Amino acid sequence: MSQQRMEDSHRRFLQAMMTIGVIDRQGAKTLHRRCCEEHKTQHSPDRLDSFIDTINSKLQPLFMQIRKGMSEDDGNQYYVLVNTAETDVTRMSSDYADNELELFRKTMDLIISSENGKASSTDILNCTDTMTSKKLKKIETEQLLKRLVCDKWLSENQGEYTLSTRCIIEMEPYIRAMYQDQVKMCHICHNFAFQCQICDNPACGIKIHNPCVARYFKGRVEPRCPACDDFWPHEIPEFPQHQSSSKR
Amino acid sequence: MAQRKRLSGAQTSSQAKRPSGSQAAPEDEDDQTFTLPSSSQVLRGMESLAPGQLEQKTAEVVQYFLVKDQKKFAIRRADIVKHVLKEQRNIYPEVMRRAAATFQQVFGLKLVEIEQKNHLYILINSLEPSAAAPPSSSTNPKTGLLFVVLGLIFMKGGVARENVVWSTLKKLRIDPREKHEEFGDVRKLLTEEFVRQRYLEYIRIPHTDPVEFEFGWGQRAEYEVSKPRILSFMGELHQQDPQTWSQQYREAHSSSSSTPSPSPSQR
Repeated sequence: MSQQRMEDSHRRFLQAMMTIGVIDRQGAKTLHRRCCEEHKTQHSPDRLDSFIDTINSKLQPLFMQIRKGMSEDDGNQYYVLVNTAETDVTRMSSDYADNELELFRKTMDLIISSENGKASSTDILNCTDTMTSKKLKKIETEQLLKRLVCDKWLSENQGEYTLSTRCIIEMEPYIRAMYQDQVKMCHICHNFAFQCQICDNPACGIKIHNPCVARYFKGRVEPRCPACDDFWPHEIPEFPQHQSSSKR
Repeated sequence: MAQRKRLSGAQTSSQAKRPSGSQAAPEDEDDQTFTLPSSSQVLRGMESLAPGQLEQKTAEVVQYFLVKDQKKFAIRRADIVKHVLKEQRNIYPEVMRRAAATFQQVFGLKLVEIEQKNHLYILINSLEPSAAAPPSSSTNPKTGLLFVVLGLIFMKGGVARENVVWSTLKKLRIDPREKHEEFGDVRKLLTEEFVRQRYLEYIRIPHTDPVEFEFGWGQRAEYEVSKPRILSFMGELHQQDPQTWSQQYREAHSSSSSTPSPSPSQR
């Protein structure tokens, strides 16, 4: 696919991405259609990725990119506008104070070192005790967590926090550099696996994302680990199949 | 639009030795207002640059603007020099020219110098306002309040005394003395935040004792907010045909073509 020219429809799409930061594939398709209609350009529904490639070719010299990745929560594809120059947590420094960033780092530590990719609010509140910068009070920490969820760096479900899709996609290089000996890859999709199932065989112990588990074991009578062939003892979760993931 | 064709091929970063000026799309003419430093200094500055550095600095300036623009703050030239260009201040005009071209070509944003004295810049959207606008701008309740105030000022012929604004808002059950559940401190929002974002002007009326203030449209509003749109918004609010306000109607529809952004690209 050769590069298209950047047109107003692309610019409109990029402006929307700058405001929302992250969008699922379905939403991106709708946005793509709306932007094309708006500027009366031809809309080819199956060309979303090449439409985004056109934008990315212009963003690349600016150290920005619209990157695609999978959500650990629902298994759907998402698009995230990322900054490729600063992949560190410092990239958030225009919105958060130093001590807030310290707590965010600690929260990442907790989540990444946990087995299931989650950290409870209690654990997060407790780790304020070991802060080296200005300590956050309980209420400040709670407000900060809310903001982090609102800004889509963390996700929250019943008092448990996980890394958001945006965070995993955007901070991938940072996570890779900082936690390389702790992070495991999903055996199926080869991306980081935080929220996942783990093979019980101690000699194996591979991780598979819940949505990947659902897809991989779908329709198999006796699930077996794709690596060691041991019985897969976990419940096979079900996910509504929105769209076939369109990677090739 | 044809002028963009050339650039699209040439944007693959890295090549540093493009002669300066080859980038100049017709949109960039407001660059002439940049005064410092002299062209020979720029030239010397460019020669001493390592390959790729011009692109690097341009990218940094673009990022700097985008971050600041999230809060809609105006950006001072002095801050760009201090935080981004640093010792390479002598390439400032070229970097700004490239940044402006990038905003236009990639983001559909126009870099506007709103104050020559202090060299203040803002980014305004150069795409036509639309129904498909990013969700936040349409769902942001503050935007609604801003439109009400801009509308009021417009109906009053361009300036509205402070007490008129407050009493109008009170009729809408917004009391500036109380904390509003969606807008927070309304007084602060109008006299500080919107002023800082250049949506409103809040000016002391001369020779008043006690001191009185009035509101006017800020420069960002002049660029971004269409007067016919404000007028039809007021029409909806008052359930009245906007044409019945003949003076305002005339102004809205005559000035729409002469907003402060006459596109320089009309040949």
